[in-house]
Amino acid sequence: MHDDGKLNEDLVARENAFGDLDENPGSDRDRKRIRGGVHTDRQHDSAIKHVTGRADYTDDIAEPAGTVHAYLGLSTRAHARITSLELEAVRAAPGVLDVLTADDIPGVNDVSPTSRNDEPVLVTDKVEFWGQPIFAVIAETRDAARRAAQLAEIAYEDLPFVLEPDEARDQDMPYVTPPLTLKRGDARDAMETAPHRIKGQMRVGGQDHMYLEGHIAFAIPGEDEDVIVHCSTQHPTEAQHMVAHVLGVASNAVTVNVRRMGGGFGGKETQMNLFCAVAAVAAKKWDRPVKIRPDRDDDMSATGKRHDFVIDYEVGFDDEGRIEAVTGEFAARCGFSSDLSGPVTDRALFHADNAYFYPHVLLNSHPMKTNTVSNTAFRGFGGPQGVIIAERIMEEIAYHRGRDALEIRKLNFYGPDGRDVTPYHQTVEDNIAPQIVAELEAQADYQARREAVLDWNERGGVIRKGIALTPVKFGISFTATWYNQAGALVHVYSDGSIHLNHGGTEMGQGLNTKVAQVVADAFQADFETIKITKTTTEKVPNTSATAASSGTDLNGMAALDACEQIKARLVAFAAEKWGVAPEAVRFLPGRVQIGDETHSFAEFIKLAYMARIHLSAAGFYKTPKIHWNRETGQGRPFYYYAYGAAVSEVSIDTLTGEYIVDRTDILHDVGKSLNPVIDRGQVEGAFIQGMGWLTTEELWWDEAGQLRTHAPSTYKIPLASDRPRIFNVDLADWSENRENTIKRSKAVGEPPFMLGISVLEALSMAVASVDDYRTCPRLDTPATPERILLAVERLQGGS
Amino acid sequence: MTTVSLTINGDRRQVDVEDRTLLVDLLRETLGMTGTHVGCDTTQCGACTVILDGKAVKSCTILAVMAEGAELRTIEGLADGDTLHPMQQAFCDNHALQCGFCTPGMIMAAVNIIERHGTDIDESLVRRELEGNLCRCTGYHNIVKAVLDVAGKLPRASE
Repeated sequence: MHDDGKLNEDLVARENAFGDLDENPGSDRDRKRIRGGVHTDRQHDSAIKHVTGRADYTDDIAEPAGTVHAYLGLSTRAHARITSLELEAVRAAPGVLDVLTADDIPGVNDVSPTSRNDEPVLVTDKVEFWGQPIFAVIAETRDAARRAAQLAEIAYEDLPFVLEPDEARDQDMPYVTPPLTLKRGDARDAMETAPHRIKGQMRVGGQDHMYLEGHIAFAIPGEDEDVIVHCSTQHPTEAQHMVAHVLGVASNAVTVNVRRMGGGFGGKETQMNLFCAVAAVAAKKWDRPVKIRPDRDDDMSATGKRHDFVIDYEVGFDDEGRIEAVTGEFAARCGFSSDLSGPVTDRALFHADNAYFYPHVLLNSHPMKTNTVSNTAFRGFGGPQGVIIAERIMEEIAYHRGRDALEIRKLNFYGPDGRDVTPYHQTVEDNIAPQIVAELEAQADYQARREAVLDWNERGGVIRKGIALTPVKFGISFTATWYNQAGALVHVYSDGSIHLNHGGTEMGQGLNTKVAQVVADAFQADFETIKITKTTTEKVPNTSATAASSGTDLNGMAALDACEQIKARLVAFAAEKWGVAPEAVRFLPGRVQIGDETHSFAEFIKLAYMARIHLSAAGFYKTPKIHWNRETGQGRPFYYYAYGAAVSEVSIDTLTGEYIVDRTDILHDVGKSLNPVIDRGQVEGAFIQGMGWLTTEELWWDEAGQLRTHAPSTYKIPLASDRPRIFNVDLADWSENRENTIKRSKAVGEPPFMLGISVLEALSMAVASVDDYRTCPRLDTPATPERILLAVERLQGGS
Repeated sequence: MTTVSLTINGDRRQVDVEDRTLLVDLLRETLGMTGTHVGCDTTQCGACTVILDGKAVKSCTILAVMAEGAELRTIEGLADGDTLHPMQQAFCDNHALQCGFCTPGMIMAAVNIIERHGTDIDESLVRRELEGNLCRCTGYHNIVKAVLDVAGKLPRASE
């Protein structure tokens, strides 16, 4: 039943997306709706360009005459002093113009995004991880630069290095950024008096972004101190500031442009800064356009990833499985510098409760310095590493009490009666986790399928099955409160066509499509009349990163503000010219009604222009209600929460550790969706990416400290064949954001990533079956087939 | 330098290349055909997939000189003017793309699946055949759907 319904729904959705293209644009006078309005399925605005190969990425921009190429020379030690750096052979190589070193940097040799001055563009005397940039070759071709970069002779004096976060703690390595404590009640006392206590440790692996388009920057020098940088960053404003900082010029000399990215996922939030800086410094020094694009191996070696964590947890609970106290120590592999490790490790703590009430709680972060690449933002931004501990705790209690983890979850959900306050003292006002879970439980036939899985395992074969239902509650807003602002620039030209610009960046998530839908709705103008333009620091200044799932929430509101300003001027104009009350001026699909008179939108705009009405506006938005005091660990850092849940069923082979995901059902909350088909795509993609994080994506360093999984040949992201055999994804269509967000929608980028945890827990159940569910298998992640096999053997040995 | 003669999207071309020039660089650098993308440089990701003499290949690990006398099809040659190839249309209709970077290679691989197997394909074949093309955004759900759509077989989740 469900599957047929889904198919029909898909067909109806397609009708909605494309059916109204048949509507005759000439019949404007009585049209009921515009094309591409809000709350409708609308294909990605670049879809046709994508499928025809006409969408321009940074590497596709036509190169001006004289363009040269840069290539980085990377360190081959994890921690060492450079005793000599011999670059003559590099300079003498065919096609080489020169070599750029730290000495050539006119401003500050630092791209630390949080101004901690701990991240050099190019190393001076000491390398702190294997793959750290030391110099850049500038040559006539990329090939020549790349070959020459291998010719440097570098002598090192090795220093001791540390790779693992717990090892770093044991060896008293410093924090790269101040740690955070979240505390409510008295966890230590409550733990003492709790009827049951469990203590455990979980190692949670990192993750490479593996955006299909790697890092790239293309700098074009201009007059005076000017430079234009085309690049693939999620944070054009920061890239602008960093380039200015490194060049030693004011921000107004630097323009950063981003038309689109070939994927970002957080990996291009700060990590593009270094490439932008190298390209810009070289462009100004040699007065030539300079492009830099590392190959995939260098990209993966030299740029940051998701933080690995080692988490020590303890939980106290009663006979039923109701939690009384939780403590957690979160040690993170931050790498050699702070980058975004402060807010990332903070967010791990913010999400260590996931959807559950902890009456007494104490959580500490330990952002450890390690001799590895500096870890950075990645979809979820530390949140997943917090959520996974909450879910591990549910699992621990369930195995301890001999019950289904879903029952334990329900028992511990946030609820009324004082059970609604988070470890950071924000009250959960919009809790729909219980409804989402109940609906999914019924829809996916969870109980009957769990019985079937138990029956199957009871037979004791080689293939064992597992099933798990896990929820997610994810806080929406940047925890750096000042980032929660956005700008937009909207022009209406005198022919009625609309130009839309905003501070967000498009990395495939459909942000531009959604914001254009908001503008289309505001003017009641068809989607096609709106030109979406590249993100540029020239049009909207001081923007925030397109990150924290906030792109549409922030930029949609800013664009709406710009539209409302223009509309207010148009209404005042029409009311005066036609002598009607302002309320009698109405924007209808493709037309404007003024009293009894109706004009097409284009005619009306022409009249407004002739009457000298200002048809351009800069919009602005800042998220209300939020505040956060990091010193006290209290506040309301999040405007609202997004919710979701997934059920996954898996089969493992107990002789090899191999497994498949048989089926996944998802129910996810995006509020009142601006574009259901795009939102569903985000949910599907995020789930698969989350599943990859916890299953096949393994980062592996050798004993010398070199990351050896630095290409897709050794680093395995999910393939088409890894998709769950049956995959049902639905949006909770009844949900509306109770806060006044853009058209009552909710953010969607990150929250569904954590639904991948259902796969991990299902694998865990399949493993647990070999000793009759007596032991929580405590799988570390990624749960590769090797880890599954080892866990099976461990549990069999113990039985 | 060597002169390579080949047919690209129906046009006969003669191009001078270095012996070590990769086919993808011939397309992108020499001919300015930037629809074919470079994702990993090492034959793993499939963003550079083109169809060479009827077979989907990864143009980042084929030398341009190896295409001598060959018939090459790229993403730029699929549409007939403004009319999209059915596979291109299906990728749009089924929302089988997000960032779009893998899309040209994915479409070329998908077109080749249908060319080699006809429309008598099922979901497991499509999933297996697309293993050489990585997508980091979509989770492949809609990509598989698009290919089956072209074959007249929209997937049923309860296969």
